[in-house]
Amino acid sequence: MTKAEIAKVIHERVGLSKKESGQIVDVVLDVVRSALEQGEDVKISGFGHFLVRDKRPRRGRNPKTGEEITIDSRRVVTFRASQLLKQRVNGD
Amino acid sequence: MTKSELVDIIATNQEHITRREAEVVVNTIFAAIGDALARQERVELRGFGSFYTKHRNARTGRNPKTGEAVHVPAKVVPQFKPGKELRERVDRSR
Repeated sequence: MTKAEIAKVIHERVGLSKKESGQIVDVVLDVVRSALEQGEDVKISGFGHFLVRDKRPRRGRNPKTGEEITIDSRRVVTFRASQLLKQRVNGD
Repeated sequence: MTKSELVDIIATNQEHITRREAEVVVNTIFAAIGDALARQERVELRGFGSFYTKHRNARTGRNPKTGEAVHVPAKVVPQFKPGKELRERVDRSR
């Protein structure tokens, strides 16, 4: 499934024009992304939580060459699916 | 940010959309992603990330409190991998 297919569902169910439906999907994703970019967690009840986490630097290894490398500290987004979403993907 | 705060921001930013419509839009987007995942279908949102499902085999786990062995059945788990743009923008904000 792509953004275009989600926009189609919006167009059919919400009744916005095709153009508006495409734009609004981008707007929603943009607002979520901006919050995460500001270090803010985004919690969508019934779906899941997008969490911003700071990772400490660690020693890693290039799996191809076996060479030791340092993996710098970084900030990442993790996703924790809600109970409801976990149940749905299991067909419960 | 919670879902209702997300809805408020959309309704405020988008003058042609009412709060009620913004609410339906937000609910519809996440419901559509959930529907696709329930069909074991991958959802790819350019610039944001991908949602997909992963199969976990059954295993014998242990109750950490009692040490008792318990059977953990096979299951499917939802996963999210942030896209390049999201990854870079979040990391740059440190």
